[in-house]
Amino acid sequence: MSIVQSILNGDRLALARILTQVENNTPEGKSALAELFPYTGKAHLIGVTGAPGTGKSSLVNKLVLHYRKNENKRVAIIAVDPSSPFTGGAVLGDRVRMKDLSGDTGAFIRSMASRGSIGGLARSTAGMVEVFDAAGYDIVIVETVGAGQSEVDIARLAHTTLVVEAPGLGDDIQAIKAGILEIADILVVNKADRPGVENTEKALRSMLELAHPTARVFKHHGAYMSVAVPVQENTAMWIPPIQRTISTDAKGIEELAGLIAKHAEHLRVSGDWVSRERARLSSEMEALLRDELMNQFRSRMPEAEFNQVMERVFTRELSPWEAVKLLVKESIK
Amino acid sequence: MTERKIRVLVAKPGLDGHDRGAKVVARALRDAGMEVIYTGLRQTPEMIADAALQEDVDVVGLSILSGAHMALAPRILELLKNNGQTDVKVFIGGIIPDDDVPTLKKMGISGVYGPGASTEDIVKEIREIIIG
Ligand SMILES: Nc1nc2c(ncn2[C@@H]2O[C@H](COP(=O)(O)OP(=O)(O)OP(=O)(O)O)[C@@H](O)[C@H]2O)c(=O)[nH]1
Ligand SMILES: [Mg+2]
Repeated sequence: MSIVQSILNGDRLALARILTQVENNTPEGKSALAELFPYTGKAHLIGVTGAPGTGKSSLVNKLVLHYRKNENKRVAIIAVDPSSPFTGGAVLGDRVRMKDLSGDTGAFIRSMASRGSIGGLARSTAGMVEVFDAAGYDIVIVETVGAGQSEVDIARLAHTTLVVEAPGLGDDIQAIKAGILEIADILVVNKADRPGVENTEKALRSMLELAHPTARVFKHHGAYMSVAVPVQENTAMWIPPIQRTISTDAKGIEELAGLIAKHAEHLRVSGDWVSRERARLSSEMEALLRDELMNQFRSRMPEAEFNQVMERVFTRELSPWEAVKLLVKESIK
Repeated sequence: MTERKIRVLVAKPGLDGHDRGAKVVARALRDAGMEVIYTGLRQTPEMIADAALQEDVDVVGLSILSGAHMALAPRILELLKNNGQTDVKVFIGGIIPDDDVPTLKKMGISGVYGPGASTEDIVKEIREIIIG
């Protein structure tokens, strides 16, 4: 039996091994993705991000437990932690908080190091999500530490993005600084058992009013129209709700699952589900095309010639823009 | 293509106390460029094998201080084998009497490290066994 067939049949070892190939972007991984692609497009992708230590893994643990016990959904988790920029190594510790899911074959946790390049993480995450989707997981959750561009890129993958905050991280809520609030579909104030939860929620609410557009422009039969916000019950508009949770105690989890379901419903009714899928696939395509063209360019362009042109840029004889034009022209000769 | 990353699961089976030693080793492996999946305290053999499977690791490192290594090691090896992960290498660190080492090696444990072992040696031996 082919490894792809094994994955479709629910073989967990085959699944784990292909995830490695996809993560490493090997030829085997690429061909598996090609074969699995027709089986994708069913899973609900949920991104979970937020500052370090806000309780993301604990939250995912209880949320998935809820999905397993009450909704009988199969859930996969990709938990991303940063690689050390100095050694390239990583300690991936999210599983420590997800012990409730151990021994359940309907849940699959995969830890992942962010590794080197920004684009690389988004690409391998997208690929791994596709593998889980094809393997029949109803929900795929991606946990990332909200810090920078790569988290925003990964959030772009998701249908629904949760941004997790917690009281006691100081006045300046870090994630807000990173502009991460704008990608939130649902805001979670975790550790609601801690003092300061009202302040955190109030701060979020006021930041949200700033981050959230007061009017969105829609194109309707070719004409632009402006829609004022908030418009209740308007299917075209989703205002990110704030949910308090206590992940160590499973409080607020059922309500959170309800909001996630409501968001999925909103996406489907408004047509945003399809447009997010399309946006995701086109940015994936674009990234792959960029890689491919770059590789082709590199294979056609002799190193020495490239360096010569580079040298002319260093001496300010050519501008970078002129140099690129020249190189591209040379490479297609 | 990206260089091959060694993936290691560091686990602490059994009910005994602390995981300081396991954390020291986890950090040393990270500093050697490996990707370490840390699972924390009180792991059953089933939990360890399940995690090793999902994470598709090359190496499982066990920290055992309780003296239960002669029961835990064969059980974990058996579960890994049942899952089809026959090529995963298992290392044990902790308080292991010298007399037990040959028996552990014979059952398929790739390396045994007592309290005196240096993290450099552990890193070096894991590298040698996985990459060759
Ligand atoms: N009091 C309280 N503690 C919590 C809650 N949720 C999580 N914690 C604790 O917060 C700490 C961090 O939790 P994690 O789930 O590892 O947080 P995380 O956001 O995944 O952390 P990173 O992945 O390292 O960014 C742990 O000690 C948890 O037990 C909560 O609702 N209340
Ligand atoms: Mg975490």
